[in-house]
Amino acid sequence: MTDLYAAQRAMRNMRKAALQRGVVAILDVGTSKIACLVLRFDGDGFVGGEGVGALAGQSSFRVIGAATTRSRGVRFGEIDAMAETERAIRTAVQAAQKMAQTRVDHVIACFSGGHPRSYGLDGQVEVEQNIVSEQDVARVLAASEVPDYGPHREVLHAQPVNFALDHRSGLSDPRGQAGQNLAVDMHMLTVDGAVIQNLLYCIKRCDLEVAGVASGAYVSGISALVEDEQELGAACVDMGGGSTDVSIFMKKHMIYADSVRMGGDHVTSDIAMGLQIPAATAERIKTFYGGVVATGMDDREMIEVGGDSGDWERDRRTVSRSEVIGIIRPRVEEILEGVRDCLDAAGFEHLPSQQIVLTGGASQIPGLDTLAPKILGQQVRIGRPLRVQGLPQAATGAAFASAVGLCLFAANPQDEWWDFEIPTERYPARSLKRAMRWFKDNW
Amino acid sequence: MRPIDPVEFAKAPTTGGSARVSEAVARALRARLGDTSAHAPARPRDPAPSRAAYRFNRLWLTPSFRFFMRRMAPVLAIAGCVGLWFVDTDNRMAFHDTVAEVKRDIQNRPEFMVKLMAIDGASGELSEDIREITSLDFPLSSFDLDLPGMLEQIEGLDAVAEAGLRVRAGGILQIDITERTPAVVWRGPHGLEMLDVDGHRVAALEHRVDRPDLPLIAGVGAERDVAEALAILKAAAPIMPRLRGLVRVGERRWNVVLDRDQVILLPEEKPLGAMAQVMALDQAKDILSRDVKAVDMRRPDRPTLQLTEAAQDEMRRLQGVELGVSFR
Repeated sequence: MTDLYAAQRAMRNMRKAALQRGVVAILDVGTSKIACLVLRFDGDGFVGGEGVGALAGQSSFRVIGAATTRSRGVRFGEIDAMAETERAIRTAVQAAQKMAQTRVDHVIACFSGGHPRSYGLDGQVEVEQNIVSEQDVARVLAASEVPDYGPHREVLHAQPVNFALDHRSGLSDPRGQAGQNLAVDMHMLTVDGAVIQNLLYCIKRCDLEVAGVASGAYVSGISALVEDEQELGAACVDMGGGSTDVSIFMKKHMIYADSVRMGGDHVTSDIAMGLQIPAATAERIKTFYGGVVATGMDDREMIEVGGDSGDWERDRRTVSRSEVIGIIRPRVEEILEGVRDCLDAAGFEHLPSQQIVLTGGASQIPGLDTLAPKILGQQVRIGRPLRVQGLPQAATGAAFASAVGLCLFAANPQDEWWDFEIPTERYPARSLKRAMRWFKDNW
Repeated sequence: MRPIDPVEFAKAPTTGGSARVSEAVARALRARLGDTSAHAPARPRDPAPSRAAYRFNRLWLTPSFRFFMRRMAPVLAIAGCVGLWFVDTDNRMAFHDTVAEVKRDIQNRPEFMVKLMAIDGASGELSEDIREITSLDFPLSSFDLDLPGMLEQIEGLDAVAEAGLRVRAGGILQIDITERTPAVVWRGPHGLEMLDVDGHRVAALEHRVDRPDLPLIAGVGAERDVAEALAILKAAAPIMPRLRGLVRVGERRWNVVLDRDQVILLPEEKPLGAMAQVMALDQAKDILSRDVKAVDMRRPDRPTLQLTEAAQDEMRRLQGVELGVSFR
């Protein structure tokens, strides 16, 4: 474990340095758009008073720059054409820097592709001196059995979700408590290693330092789920352009994440293919006239679809809005079926709360709030991200859920496996800590 | 006649892109007419900045670089240009000449010219001296006047106790002089000199009779104790008509010299008391008008008289008469 997660530790240090400097950029690399926010951390700011919470830690930062650009070279949330993506990132970062009037060197990025896969880990260890110390926590984390998640995959998140001491479970911080037997449940998320490598390389090509990488499913859950939903258990479905991310939260920890490799772009391509029109026109028709529930009125509403075939006299086709809805609805249903499959695979129906929150750009399609309950269950709502200080009005929509969540993630990140102490057994043989431990054991 | 361009008659852009169709038709027509200026459809503009532009943008947003470029660089550039210009000797000389000329022009403006000198509080002789030593030929710029130097020069004159120098409005150099007043005549190694109360030399004197009103002092070191001498003279006021002068003896005490070669030897300490004692004796016994050669007060508790030869003889005769003997 010493050199394992070295990259994550380095990122952690980079993030600390960035917070010290006070300016950090947030980069959401999506399939349809790339969003860049510049955050300024200035001290504690408003920390909350009598009966007023500290706004989930978001009062410590302020968004001073925001820019978004059409994404290029990204498919299914994975980088497909690196040079194109690099240019898109440059565009977004430069615009955000211009708005912030400052230079940013550190970037925290998130992406949604790479086949995220969740694992539940548990470990158990005897407490050494009747009282749980930092070292015991480190040992129990080290004792948890890592599954064989296959080659070419990397651990993106590994968060201890639950500690149990003897017969008491549900401890969030067991340190200092008396007990014999310490157990831990961990949630580990792995993604395709090449996807991360590509993203890091792309960011490095833009002269930026990576101060952290997070899963898109995780960060959109942080921002779109309200505190109660995170506590009692809920699923967040981030319907993006190329992929739809599902994350399940319980007791303020993510316990499951997965993604369906379908999104809003597939709806657009369905329209383009079905109506024989260019993708840009299809996108325009989708955003202006799209929907999933057709009414009688929609039969009479005719939409002009120019084919741009060069034949101006003949190419004056029109479609009715119900035809468009007829194309959109099966695809949305298919996406929601995929989400349902993910939730079933995760055992979501066994959770006490069945709340499902839809967010992301594709969740803005009208009528989704009547379609989704038919597939996902009754407790479905359309969620928009938390409001953070200084965020422009244009960036408060559901499409920015993961960008806003990444801001919250940057402000108070959750402790990951690599943020805990390293157990002394794992230290190299000549370490000072190891010598200290030998003295402790023998005196 | 100008060929008709179908673009001018195209419909305004509407939903569905009909304007694009007419643009395509226009392009085809233009190509047929051989107009090559706008035949290639422009590629959609790439909003992404180039790598260099991106890097430069980031560099420009770096606070230190920004500060350097906005505050330091202009200063450095101007300094560099001026420095390069000054490297040439001709330029440097021309610059110095111009500066000197402008400076001279300003200094010689009539507002700054001094036209005459006014001396207050000095006698005619002294003002002549002052005019001589300052030796200014007016009109003169006030920038060229060395007032401290002149003040030093004027105060270096013996007859001047204090001097004030200023350029008055109207271009007048005003010199205010406080003269030293002579208090005694001193017969020193360089002849007769007049001294003021402090013993400072005022002027030389050709003849004693030029200033009969001043008392005379003589002897080595007499000029250092003029104040004491004056006090003694004041005490000797009753015998002033008879007084010839004061002589400093051995740089420590005074002799008062009267006419008929009479001398009053005063002690080193408290000479005024001794003088008063002599005056009292003179008033009571009239001793100084008698045939006395010297009154020795060097020991004030025992005044001693030295008689002249004739007086001694007469005294001896009188003593003989008293005793009934004759020395003859």
